[in-house]
Amino acid sequence: MTVSDVNETQPNLRFSQIGKPLTRTDSPGKATGRTPYAGDYVMPGMLHAKVVRADIASARLKRLDVSKARALPGVVCVLTAQDMPDRTIATDIPGQTGRAKLKTDQQILVKERVRYFGEPLALIAAETPDIAEQARRLIEFELEPIPGVYDPEEAMKPGAPIVQGTDNIVATHKIRKGDLEAGFAAADVIIENTYITPFQEHAFLEPEVGLAWIDENEVITIRVCTQVIEHFRAVADAVGVPHNKLRVMGAMVGGGFGGKEDVTVETYLAILAQKTRKPVRLEFTREDSFLGHGKRHPIKLKYRTGVTRDGKITALDVQVLADAGAYVYLSPYVLLYCAVNAPGPYRVDNLNVFAQAVATNNMFSSAFRGFGGIQAAAAYEQQMDEAANAIGMDRIEFRRRNYLKTGDPISTGFVPPSAIWTEKCVDLAWQALGEPTPSKGPIKIGRGIAASQQSYGRLTFLHDTSEAWVGIEMDGTVTVRSGVTDIGAGQASSLAQIAAEIIGVTLPNVNVYNSDSQVTPLAGTSTASRALYMTGNAARLAAQAVRDRLAVVAAELLKAEPAQISMEFNQVFVTDDPSRAMDIADLVKVCASRGVHRSELAIFRAPFTDVLDPETGQGQAHPDYAYGAQAIEVAVDIETGEVTVLKCIAAHDVGQCINRAAVDGQIHGGTQNGLGYALSEEMLYKEGRLITPSFSEYLMPTAMDMPHVETIILESRSGLGPFGAKGIGEPAMTPVAPAVANAIADAIGVRVFEMPITPERIWRALEAARG
Amino acid sequence: MSSDKAVTLRINGHDETATVPSHRTLLEALRGLGHVDVKCGCEKGDCGACAVLIDGEAVDSCLTLAHSAAGREITTLQGLGTPENLHPLQLSFSELGAAQCGYCTPGMIIASESLLRKNPSPSEDELRHALSGNPCRCTGYVKIFEAVNAAAEVMRNSGDPK
Repeated sequence: MTVSDVNETQPNLRFSQIGKPLTRTDSPGKATGRTPYAGDYVMPGMLHAKVVRADIASARLKRLDVSKARALPGVVCVLTAQDMPDRTIATDIPGQTGRAKLKTDQQILVKERVRYFGEPLALIAAETPDIAEQARRLIEFELEPIPGVYDPEEAMKPGAPIVQGTDNIVATHKIRKGDLEAGFAAADVIIENTYITPFQEHAFLEPEVGLAWIDENEVITIRVCTQVIEHFRAVADAVGVPHNKLRVMGAMVGGGFGGKEDVTVETYLAILAQKTRKPVRLEFTREDSFLGHGKRHPIKLKYRTGVTRDGKITALDVQVLADAGAYVYLSPYVLLYCAVNAPGPYRVDNLNVFAQAVATNNMFSSAFRGFGGIQAAAAYEQQMDEAANAIGMDRIEFRRRNYLKTGDPISTGFVPPSAIWTEKCVDLAWQALGEPTPSKGPIKIGRGIAASQQSYGRLTFLHDTSEAWVGIEMDGTVTVRSGVTDIGAGQASSLAQIAAEIIGVTLPNVNVYNSDSQVTPLAGTSTASRALYMTGNAARLAAQAVRDRLAVVAAELLKAEPAQISMEFNQVFVTDDPSRAMDIADLVKVCASRGVHRSELAIFRAPFTDVLDPETGQGQAHPDYAYGAQAIEVAVDIETGEVTVLKCIAAHDVGQCINRAAVDGQIHGGTQNGLGYALSEEMLYKEGRLITPSFSEYLMPTAMDMPHVETIILESRSGLGPFGAKGIGEPAMTPVAPAVANAIADAIGVRVFEMPITPERIWRALEAARG
Repeated sequence: MSSDKAVTLRINGHDETATVPSHRTLLEALRGLGHVDVKCGCEKGDCGACAVLIDGEAVDSCLTLAHSAAGREITTLQGLGTPENLHPLQLSFSELGAAQCGYCTPGMIIASESLLRKNPSPSEDELRHALSGNPCRCTGYVKIFEAVNAAAEVMRNSGDPK
């Protein structure tokens, strides 16, 4: 659908399955404890693995003695880098065909240099978990500390310890358009602030876990909790087998949020299975999980905004510095999201963005829901409030004068093909806050708004594709096969709903087989808010092809034209004369007897583009963008700095709901993630050593902390997904933290420029303001 | 390391024997017996994913030694109901979208059941407090609260305090 087709007053088309708050197909199994997760699979004679980790962030491995561990009865295998001197693992994102890989291959186990706290030194496989743990304690190692660097600014200075490359800079992106100097010259006021965003831990409830074995065809097979089964190629390369001899099977994943986007346990499992030729299980402890996967990038964002008295942004200069941590992983891409989204959902014609990601000896940073776009939002929306304050204009009115509108170009010059309903989202969310709660004594009430822009679909220069197969059985039941992983957002269930809608069967009559790299058609990743957009479209295409073939036969049997045929609720009938009807199952039997093809394998392709211009950043980065807003009311106790979120409204244009309950769920969860990010979640590092590696130290919002979240769902029906859907997984979280920050600043009259906005930081900011 | 000893555990109404050392947690013993609806999230009592009812009270099985549970009534999520005969909490969690990734769900339902047995009409504060040891990363708790309240109403009206 093109933008001009969007009818804002048009009610939903008549759907039988789409848009309804249906019970997800995966819900009953989860609610009864019957759903198997990757960690629930066992095999006879399986071994239990452990990872031995470095306890210093920057060091040289002087000695690693595993002889005592190897001698322990019940220990089957202990591996160090010496046992695999040529092996490396690529950490670039998989599946892309559009450009060369990043140079991110890295050591699997420490050869000589330790770059971060917790970097793996050795792998153990033993007959029982107890023996594996005993063996871990018998491994002796000596690490010689070498100077490390823990701050990106320090890491860029001449003479700084080198962690990666020759200068620690792992990525640079530039976006330039218009005339920055002229823009600032036209401004009445220039507002300059620096915003600091923190590390964030995904804190999925299911720690990384997998089981590997070698099957009857000599295929290394790994059942693992992952967002990305297509790492099978990287893991195959790492262990030196052909791509068709390594199989990654998923399971229902106990939460991902980007933390299971990179390879986690797969390589270790493949190596140990290959060496021992026995099934091997590896489950990370919670501490392993804190130490073993990349975090959200801490980013420092310096914003300089030129504004006229009548509320027009004339120029914006943004300097971005991200902490990539010890290895590259997805830093270049995360940084690009940050740069592209630096102005947010606002029209800025004179723009300069300069973004760098720098290696340090901190934990490596990588994907996390929002993927750089969140850090940008945290800055641009606080800066919008600061700018409005500077010119004495109402903050909603100031935003209104600068919104991108449908058909406007974003920072890269690209015009999103869908509707931009920021204004509607902001107005509805703000109105829904209702009457203000009165302040009382030391309890100060404040309100904040934040709008957001977040892409859905992967970077278009990666040339993303997704496949799905749909077939209908002789009894009228439908099978969908697709490699898509289900990380808890209802990815599989939504495919079932799409197939059910198109073929006209009821949801319980559809079964989805998913997440198997060698058996289900490859669908790409469950990342980047892309699964519904990409795989949903593939399933739509496949289902439509099957339906069309059935309709031809039905038309003949019911003496009508194919266009007059309706299929709904397991029945096929003539639209204008429903008395001429038959069971879909009977129709399928006729089709089968005539040799009509009852299945289809479809591929959906995202837009394919070249990379952005390296000097100006102009071009297309993403397929499309989603827009939304969050409105928050907080109470701040100015004596203690304690913050209570009183009201929380989220308004998002999701294009088209496939499952209303699932959409609400994404927004509720995104809000929880965002509130924690804004207020309480803090990874404290001391010289690279994580000192908060548990849920009693790393504080995400509990049932005691979460406010009620009101959702306002708009459906522009203009997105690139099936039926006009946009992605909502990441967009749900993007505006939350800046709305909280703006509400706190509104309550206490001073801004805390660094997240999380803890009671201590609030108290210090108030003290500083008091002088 | 201590040697293995047999312990009889009464799980979901059936006696089962685990032969485990005295330091083995109930979580490990239950999963070892195939009760994998009891989830492992942290092994420190921080996440509640491993919660089971012991004599009707929600307990983190990772903080309980298997041998100490001998002779007591242990109930896991599967013990509350079956797909054919759903417990009201299982039905409401399923139908109201209270399970997303589902990994916290077993502990969340067990904690809710423990609350509702003692307090069939919990206030919002009481509900929040009862679930505060069960972090969830997917749902923002909104639909979980809705599901527990819906189930509580069904359970009150059915007169079955189960």
